[in-house]
Amino acid sequence: MPVLARHIEAAGIPTVVVTMMPETAQQLVAPRIVGVEFPFGHPFGMPHNRDLQRLVLGTALRLLAGATAPGTRVDIDVEWPQPRGEAYKAWQPSEPRPIVAMMLNR
Amino acid sequence: MYASAAPIDGESEPVWAPFESRLAAAKIGMVTSAGLYLEGEQEVFDGERERREPTWGDPTHRVLPHHLGGRKIGMMHLHVNPADILDDHNVAMPTDVLDEFTASGVIGGTTGSHVSVMGYQASGLDVWRNETAPAIVSLFKDEGADGVVLAPV
Repeated sequence: MPVLARHIEAAGIPTVVVTMMPETAQQLVAPRIVGVEFPFGHPFGMPHNRDLQRLVLGTALRLLAGATAPGTRVDIDVEWPQPRGEAYKAWQPSEPRPIVAMMLNR
Repeated sequence: MYASAAPIDGESEPVWAPFESRLAAAKIGMVTSAGLYLEGEQEVFDGERERREPTWGDPTHRVLPHHLGGRKIGMMHLHVNPADILDDHNVAMPTDVLDEFTASGVIGGTTGSHVSVMGYQASGLDVWRNETAPAIVSLFKDEGADGVVLAPV
């Protein structure tokens, strides 16, 4: 997604990437980054938690409009309201990811 | 497997487009990598090929209307549990929150369409670079987007 952000940005449209992997987005030189410490599959938070969704999207929009230099990153300081082990289990797909299955079978 | 993210050859320099609109007047578009599509109307992303070729990811995209008008969203993604996004698409593509922000004057409005991809792309994939990314850029230019929020899942 940072790669796509760069394509859009290079065409003159400002972008912001909201991501669970902000370090990766930085390594891929995304122009603006919002980091969230949420389980994969949940960039804007929990389902039907509109307050959290507003917080994340609002932060992204303010960064989009207000950042003055490439690589600006803001991390959202919200702890996921679920124990880490439970959250890890919850975001896993029902079948092993194909790339993981391939690596396990090697 | 997710940790390897060295800058891509030729893409290590920053790119920058200044935000020149007022946010309160800006038209905002969104991109999600959740593999969302309109159920019964759009082709499902190709998860079967990824199962056969685990290092491949479907490089195509789907254009989703901002207002779904009662149409149902489907999701094809083999790397995350889709349950929460199917329960509330705002988890991945918060169009309802954008509507709130439009109504309260935080933003000027939204593009008429947003974009869904499946993510999990080898960054050098030719189709992605030469077809998908330019098509998405073209869509947002035609829509007059002042800014785009991208959210990988």
